[in-house]
Amino acid sequence: MTISGLRALGWAAMAAGLLHAGPASAETVLNVVMQAPLRTLDPHLSTAQIVRTHGFMVFDTLLGMDADYKPQPQMADYQVSDDGLTYTFTLRDGLTWHDGSPVAAEDCVASLKRWAENDPAGRKMMEYVASIETTSDKVLVLTLARPFGHVLDLLAKPSPVPPFMMPKRLAETPSGEQVAEMVGSGPFKFVAEEYRPGDQAVYVRNEDYQPRPEPASWTAGGKVVNVDKVVWKAMPDMQTSINALQSGDVDLIEQVTIDLLPLLQMNDEVEYGVINPLGSQVTGRFNHRLPPFDDAEIRRAAMYALDQEQLMQTAIGDPEYYTLCASDYGCEVPLASDAGSEYLAGSAEERMAKAQEILKAAGYDGTPVLMMQPTDLTILSTQPIVAAERLREAGFAVEVASMDWATLQSRKNGWQPVAEGGWNMLFTYWGVTGIWNPLVHALLDGSGSDNAWSGWPVSPEIEALREQYLVATDLDEQKRIAAEIQQIAYDQGFYYNAGEFQSVAAWRDGITELQPGPITLFWGVKKPE
Amino acid sequence: MLYYLLRRLLMAVPVMFLIALIVFMLLRLTPGDPAQAIAGDQASPEQIAAIRDSLGLDAPLATQFTTWIGNMLRGDFGHSLISQRPVLEMIGQRIGPTLALATVAMVLTVVISLPLGVVAARRHGGLVDRLVMSLSVLGFSVPIFVIGYVLIGIFAVHLKWFPVQGYRPLAEGFWPFLHRIFLPGLALSLIYIALVSRMTRAAMLEVLREDYIRTARAKGLSERVILFRHALRNAAIPILTVVGTGFAMMISGVVVTETVFNVPGLGRLVVDAVLARDYPLIQAIILLTAGTYVVINLLIDISYALTDPRIRYQ
Repeated sequence: MTISGLRALGWAAMAAGLLHAGPASAETVLNVVMQAPLRTLDPHLSTAQIVRTHGFMVFDTLLGMDADYKPQPQMADYQVSDDGLTYTFTLRDGLTWHDGSPVAAEDCVASLKRWAENDPAGRKMMEYVASIETTSDKVLVLTLARPFGHVLDLLAKPSPVPPFMMPKRLAETPSGEQVAEMVGSGPFKFVAEEYRPGDQAVYVRNEDYQPRPEPASWTAGGKVVNVDKVVWKAMPDMQTSINALQSGDVDLIEQVTIDLLPLLQMNDEVEYGVINPLGSQVTGRFNHRLPPFDDAEIRRAAMYALDQEQLMQTAIGDPEYYTLCASDYGCEVPLASDAGSEYLAGSAEERMAKAQEILKAAGYDGTPVLMMQPTDLTILSTQPIVAAERLREAGFAVEVASMDWATLQSRKNGWQPVAEGGWNMLFTYWGVTGIWNPLVHALLDGSGSDNAWSGWPVSPEIEALREQYLVATDLDEQKRIAAEIQQIAYDQGFYYNAGEFQSVAAWRDGITELQPGPITLFWGVKKPE
Repeated sequence: MLYYLLRRLLMAVPVMFLIALIVFMLLRLTPGDPAQAIAGDQASPEQIAAIRDSLGLDAPLATQFTTWIGNMLRGDFGHSLISQRPVLEMIGQRIGPTLALATVAMVLTVVISLPLGVVAARRHGGLVDRLVMSLSVLGFSVPIFVIGYVLIGIFAVHLKWFPVQGYRPLAEGFWPFLHRIFLPGLALSLIYIALVSRMTRAAMLEVLREDYIRTARAKGLSERVILFRHALRNAAIPILTVVGTGFAMMISGVVVTETVFNVPGLGRLVVDAVLARDYPLIQAIILLTAGTYVVINLLIDISYALTDPRIRYQ
């Protein structure tokens, strides 16, 4: 092709671009690349982060959690009886479902029951509940049979699974089935016609939504929507997302991989930073039911052998975006504790020497450790390699089994011998909102129950402490119990806390008032017309 | 010819059944659980079991297979396990971009590669021939995602002639459609341009040695008529085969191009379905792809008869 031919092609291409630009529209559309594709919509049934964020777009909660970790009224104001056993929730005026019908107290009762069926912490709460009843269209009363100190915290929790409210007809969907419609009362309406599972989800402002008068704070306060439409796009390739952000095709990327940040540093029209201050904790889970990790001393040896900094360096790289701390509940939350920090203290070499000593004293017989490695999840693909090397140096025989994330997820649920498809260790990560206290932290379940999250540790001491925590209402008391649980979890090698990382978002420079929060929030955000 | 067509279509039935059986069994033997994909990785085994139960995944495999086949024969391809949407609706949403991409790539392939192959054969051993062959080696060797990024870097980021990503359906207008689809189409076509131009050159070289070409030259026919009317038509059989199977391969193999250019097509849908172990969706897409291959092969065979009078089907 000649130079003039190329030039003609360029003019034609630009002309095509101009032609398709169409007339200017006053509609403000926020185009966002989310961290994962949205494939399923039921926010009670799924623990996935993307589904929870979708849930907060469409649905609302009785209470919200503010930036001080305090439950605040959202759909309902509440009163607690002097004996702490009766909670009365009064729905505020003007609440309607997206189909136009008014929100009634009986909808909320049905929603709470459905939520509790699907959320382990909610199920635990229901063991203490005598009844949840309506006394009028606007009032529901939750009565406890015995003291339980976390009703308000659970109803306000932003972590999987939040107690979203939905119409009774949807909340009565049989157990295990997904709800058939996305009808909530939240600040955005879901546009079912434009939904392409795994590729695109579209939300429009709910014109009937009446925000609370208080300023927005996390999931509490006034959810004032300043854009007409939010379009979530899934882009499996991060380079494509960055190209799209730089060219203005998208306004916000929810999570940018750290190693591509230098590309954004060179662009004056793009900003980036941490919106969710809590981050996520990487966890190395031992299978307590299979040798060699059925022995607490051998687990302790592994705890000393592993190294937070090496694991974070390999996965994240830039120390600005990760934090090393001992706290199993997150580094910056009210219950944060340094109990068990002796397992992380000293240099990596000193801890390795200790690991070798403990392993030898424990009489490790050379049983190989099968470490599962997900190859298709960037954030978790490196830890098994680094961990395996450290464990080998300590004296373990380690085999790294590479597989895709779906296979790993399925395999982790079984405890058959390794030769029959079992496993010894895996790495995963948890948003801090999902682990910030002993009630919701699935990895601190010491019941050993088949229905506990994979790993199945058994610790009557921890279970007794967790029972104490359930009735504790005083924060200092809660902190003391949480710290004791954490110390025992370290001593018994429940899991290895591999450090905390922050997600970095990137946005066009015209986008303002992005709301800090435990999840990505779309109310408050402004985009110039 | 009609009898031949009917026979070929009947032969496709057992082929499709075997493919259905193999795909069904392979998916069930693959580790992974759609219920886990719905529940998320923090779900408890109890939650996952409840979802499995509601999806009917605990039913015997034979029952699941016969139910699936029976429903398909009635035109019901089922619902996605993950999104609960009808599988055909989901495929319908995503097949347009893939077909558009494959068609644009194929048009570019034919328009560019045939003249290149003919000219290379005509100038056999010369500079043009060497240049075409060198470029075709490059086209074969460079992965599509590299080609994609290079094209985006030059034409979208630097020159700003094209958008960096995305897709607009033809219904929104021809120019918006072409503006978005041209770069991905070009990226996808390069390997096929390399393949078809080499194939055209080889076939043409063989034909140009034939006696009837010498006779045509002796008759004083122009070189253009000799090349395009006599030689190219006689060299068409292998070229048609490559172009036809290439189109089918484009439809089933566009995933990288779709990913790099963020085109919401069938390739990305199937990868997503595989990652989530969405059995009905994967099964339907693979059957659709297999059906496409069967139909395209049939069309190629018919085109043989149309281009070569010596070929007659009984």
